[in-house]
Amino acid sequence: MDFTYDDEQLALRDAVRGLLATAYADHEARRRAVAEDPGFDRALWGRLAEMGVLGLPFSEDDGGVGAGPVEIGVVCRELGRVLAPEPYLSGVVHAGGLVAAVGSPEQKADLLGRLSAGELVLAAADASPGARWTSRADGVRATVSGDVWTLDGVADPVMGGEGADVLVVTAALPDDGGTGVFIVDAGAVTRTGYAAADLTRAASITFDGSAATPLGEPGRDLSPSVATISDLTRIMGANQALGVMQSQVRATTDYLRSRRQFGVTLNTFQALTFRAADMYVSLELAHSMVDWATMTIAGGDPDAVAVAADRVGLHVSRAARHIGQEAIQLHGGIGMTAEYAVGVGTAHLTVLEQWLGNHTHHLSRLAGRVDDHELVEAV
Amino acid sequence: MQLELSPTDAEFRDRMREFFTTKVPQEIRDTVLEGRHLTRDQIVETQQVLNAEGLAVPHWPVEWGGQDWTDLQRHLWHEEMQRAGVPIPLAFNASMIGPVIAHFGTEEQKQRFLPPTANLDIWWSQGFSEPDAGSDLASLRTTAVRDGDDWVVNGQKTWTTLGQFGDWIFTLVRTDPEVKKQAGISMLLIDMTTPGVEVRPIELIDGGHEVNEVWFTDVRVPGDLLVGDLNGGWTIAKFLLGNERVGVAPVGATKRALATLKATAADQLRDPLVRARVADLENELLALELTALRVVAHSAGGEPHPASSVLKLRGTELQQAVSELALDLAGPASLAARAGEDSPQEGWARRTAPTYLNLRKASIYGGSNEIQRQIISRTILGL
Ligand SMILES: Cc1cc2nc3c(=O)[nH]c(=O)nc-3n(C[C@H](O)[C@H](O)[C@H](O)COP(=O)(O)OP(=O)(O)OC[C@H]3O[C@@H](n4cnc5c(N)ncnc54)[C@H](O)[C@@H]3O)c2cc1C
Repeated sequence: MDFTYDDEQLALRDAVRGLLATAYADHEARRRAVAEDPGFDRALWGRLAEMGVLGLPFSEDDGGVGAGPVEIGVVCRELGRVLAPEPYLSGVVHAGGLVAAVGSPEQKADLLGRLSAGELVLAAADASPGARWTSRADGVRATVSGDVWTLDGVADPVMGGEGADVLVVTAALPDDGGTGVFIVDAGAVTRTGYAAADLTRAASITFDGSAATPLGEPGRDLSPSVATISDLTRIMGANQALGVMQSQVRATTDYLRSRRQFGVTLNTFQALTFRAADMYVSLELAHSMVDWATMTIAGGDPDAVAVAADRVGLHVSRAARHIGQEAIQLHGGIGMTAEYAVGVGTAHLTVLEQWLGNHTHHLSRLAGRVDDHELVEAV
Repeated sequence: MQLELSPTDAEFRDRMREFFTTKVPQEIRDTVLEGRHLTRDQIVETQQVLNAEGLAVPHWPVEWGGQDWTDLQRHLWHEEMQRAGVPIPLAFNASMIGPVIAHFGTEEQKQRFLPPTANLDIWWSQGFSEPDAGSDLASLRTTAVRDGDDWVVNGQKTWTTLGQFGDWIFTLVRTDPEVKKQAGISMLLIDMTTPGVEVRPIELIDGGHEVNEVWFTDVRVPGDLLVGDLNGGWTIAKFLLGNERVGVAPVGATKRALATLKATAADQLRDPLVRARVADLENELLALELTALRVVAHSAGGEPHPASSVLKLRGTELQQAVSELALDLAGPASLAARAGEDSPQEGWARRTAPTYLNLRKASIYGGSNEIQRQIISRTILGL
């Protein structure tokens, strides 16, 4: 049992932190990046590719680095710390994860190789308008004629979809055949881009007889893999949220020490320092859950990962509300402004939660399983 | 990072589990698991069973019966005890005065007190709090005045837990009224059978008698019962209170209480709202347990980790929340709290109201939760 990073993980963290600091240490740079197309810094994306960060989750055979979940978590935390808008979670962890899980060896080598090299941006189109966190695709339907596949329907929200080159789409297979996963050229669909609440880019995508290539063996129900990749993305999203919350607690304590009102600094007021202490409690407990869920992935059991995703999803969503809301409140007016990272961080936490599953969703799933066990076992 | 216990630690845990579930009398464990009151003899018997196996005071120095365990092993020992419903060794002896004497006491004090303290042949009470000195402990007023070789003690302590069973009491007393309040305090060990010591019961809201007032009227205490330096009591108090917070988050016991509740009130688990409350508490307890593991994995050199305040704060909140859920599940049956064994209401349900009320104490003692927030904001966050 060990909850600490080893030397290589620390080196990775420092390298990624250093790179991101040159890009986004100043929140103004993030504001500029999200304001201009494609909504993130292409040059930085290239640097991340050079460092091997984009290929981290994929095997060396597929052109990746073959790192483990802890390393990917390290990257997500660092991205969260500076609210980096790069589509890492959506494009690498989620869309790349789907390709790695269900693609044929050739498809993986091609797509993941180019993704790792920074030549190709992917996005996962797996959500339908009005649907809520299900691995069943019902907004997009697949049709086959001979061995030519086409897709019809709407996917929305597609996180990172606006700037993606290739879409990884989940679609209902013909004759209630379950869920298939397809590759679609982003140029061949109708796409309406928009900014989410945290100003990162998403898209609404309409398929209208769009040509699609099945990933892996055509016509097979891939819903278990789709669900597992969503769970992994959830856990990595929790890592990203942890990075945001760490920054928010630090920023809030700095602010309480420096902001003067009534002739004294705000940390003179116990009502405020106690609220900061409670934020710290939420942060530390969330940190433990995120470390645990991340380590659970290494065990390789999809059921354990599904439970861990719900557990960390519930816990981190709660902590994110608590810390995010208090961070704004304790900053007063400045916390409400787009020019200040603290409030935008809360917007980012909000997006992560509603994208990956909010706390009532996870709680309801856990509640469904309360009689499966006597005691919840940590190890 | 790695989740699994090492083979050595897994084997250690299994050994603890095996011992606690087979060598401690079932009747005693059932008393704990069902939330009934332990008698003095049951507490003494358990500690002696543990001590015979070297499991009562593993965190003491090895020469006084300690085990050279890692912090993780101590944690596993503590959790497994609670999980099995084994009463943990009396905190006043094992976590408070024992380590203090081992650290600050004279050789003679160690020889005289440590073995019977480990074996619970002496039952210690903690005489720190006074009516006007609670959170602000340094304001205490009980005085000890030198008279020849002896100290003469006058004053009043309060909230003395299980003082009715106490053989000895470790006290903080004022030995110099002229200096800054923290600088004039010393620690004295007092035999509670000494003339002039009087213990008076305080009844709590659950109807139980677990705390007392202890009055000292011209009590003569031999000079060699001063612990550490004259007027050095505040340093000792801080050492002791730091230890008191560690392990004060009863994760294992709270998990066990929730699991027991799930079984006893199984028919109510059909209600989705109840299921959600259970699932929520289970998740919070998991986060707490993992945090405890993170803290033990980090702690260096026996110093309490500052984040142990997080454990005290959240641990007591969750302990209280589980007792609150139990009360809600019992509903009207909880009204029969004092109806006695002939009541047609089930025992577990009758016990919920007293337990719920009694556990309100958890966020007050051991450094109230407000004091923990103060520690977090000052020492960790630098506010
Ligand atoms: C069941 C029980 C058993 C106990 N057993 C023992 C024992 O065996 N031996 C012993 O010596 N003592 C014992 N105590 C005493 C316990 O340590 C004190 O009750 C505790 O330190 C709080 O002191 P107080 O009760 O005087 O409350 P106060 O200090 O008067 O506090 C009242 C309220 O104000 C809050 N408060 C106080 N100061 C501050 C501050 N600076 N900032 C913000 N909030 C503050 C407190 O948190 C509390 O909510 C026991 C108490 C209980 C309830």
